[in-house]
Amino acid sequence: MDEFMLIFRHMDGQSVASPEQIQVWMKQTMDWIGGIAAQNKYVGGNGLPFDNARVVKNVGEKLVVTNGPFGEIKETIGGYIVVKAESAEEAVEFAKGSPVLQGEGNTVEVRRIAKGDGVH
Amino acid sequence: MEQQELIPHLFRTEFSRITAVLCQAFGIAHIEKAEDIAGETFLAALETWPYKGIPANPVAWLYTVAKNKAKNRILRDQLFAGKIASHIKRSANANEQFDIDLSEKNIADSQLQMLFAICHSSISKEAQIGLALRILCGFGIDEIAHAFLTNKETINKRLSRAREKLREEKVTIAFPGEAAISKRLSTVLTTLYLLFNEGYYSESHDAVIREELCLEAMRLVYLLTEYEYTRRPEVYALLALMCFHASRFPARKNEAGEIILYDEQDETLWNQELIGKGAFYLHEASTGLIVSKYHLEAQIAYWHTLKADTTEKWENILQLYNRLLQFEYSPIAALNRTYALARANGKQEAIAEAEKLKLENNHYYFVLLGELYSGTDDTKSKQCLQQALSLAHTPADRQTILKKIAGLNGGRAALP
Repeated sequence: MDEFMLIFRHMDGQSVASPEQIQVWMKQTMDWIGGIAAQNKYVGGNGLPFDNARVVKNVGEKLVVTNGPFGEIKETIGGYIVVKAESAEEAVEFAKGSPVLQGEGNTVEVRRIAKGDGVH
Repeated sequence: MEQQELIPHLFRTEFSRITAVLCQAFGIAHIEKAEDIAGETFLAALETWPYKGIPANPVAWLYTVAKNKAKNRILRDQLFAGKIASHIKRSANANEQFDIDLSEKNIADSQLQMLFAICHSSISKEAQIGLALRILCGFGIDEIAHAFLTNKETINKRLSRAREKLREEKVTIAFPGEAAISKRLSTVLTTLYLLFNEGYYSESHDAVIREELCLEAMRLVYLLTEYEYTRRPEVYALLALMCFHASRFPARKNEAGEIILYDEQDETLWNQELIGKGAFYLHEASTGLIVSKYHLEAQIAYWHTLKADTTEKWENILQLYNRLLQFEYSPIAALNRTYALARANGKQEAIAEAEKLKLENNHYYFVLLGELYSGTDDTKSKQCLQQALSLAHTPADRQTILKKIAGLNGGRAALP
């Protein structure tokens, strides 16, 4: 059994969502996570707020700090969960249920977490 | 993880409460800032609650986050202002003194004060309704666009212009003084009346959104009855009117979402509790000497909650329309008055009166004439309905008229 991180990439919800919509997403997200937990496959997760975010970037010789992860790309990491799965395919099935994917262009990236056991 | 359910519409309700308090605290020039901070508060919940569980007291959690976000924002703005205008001395503890008061009383006061600020004669009625939906009801731009059957860009533009105008006019967010309250209250009531109508008569097929517009309008009128300076007979009368109309919500649409006309509604579906409330508020409205147009409309609506056709009912409705038209002419009131005349005094008299109305580009006018002529002159009746059909804009209206024409062919007359 491996652990996989499901990384959500989406736009800052501020401009797109009404409070009612956010409440709908809230329930969907909780039900989604609850469904994974009910299979004893949920390890943990967290949201990554967009506000007050910084990016430190190597620009030539200098380090430049900018506000927010935004720049060339519109979608950025909004959060992640870690799940247990037998395979990447199983983890992908979990990912497909993410409410994040209701937004066009949004993605959930599935990445195995290195075990550090000398094999991976 | 302890899961609990969130109260339906909790976010929308709390968005409106937080936004009103922040608008009040920041001033009219910063409505958008208040909306942003309130919006960020709910995103913060979305970023936290699914992983940590819903807090024991979700509302307290939201208020704490909103307060912190507001304070940080003020601090940031001050730092920013300090950078570009360093000669302006700012008191170091201004930020500490700045308190966001999210007590029940201050929330209610802020919402009422915002209601007065938004219903300002410098901006259009449409913009007033839009801003009220956004700030006082917590609707998103999408949802407002949906309700108005238009797109997001139009609504965004409309709201931006309105915010800008309120800023230019330096509208204060405060209760109007006693001297000004009657005039200001009248504007507020008109806006809430239109907000309700937007929901009640809207062509949007989304029944849920339509009902919610009506319920929000009722909630805001109710808010006015809770404050001593606005607890006035005309406010109760408007609330009564809305209750009577809303009582028919479950009966006025069939399963396909088509409008069922009053005469064909199943009155067992009418909400008796709302009718009772309406009667109570109408009683409360009858305390003073003032008779507003809302009193008249509420009484007309009251008579419509009695399905049985009695002479008394139609005679009362006729007299109420006679008075309403003296208050304020509207084509629809003139047509309804003529219909009541037909029911009270007979068709012949009504036909003579109807011919004087001259509302020749109004399809309801020809629907009425069609009704009046049916039974006595079916050819004329059909001509009128055909004329109505050519003037009707919406599929729902055309559908209704087509049904009437079909009914006519079957020899069925709607009026005695």
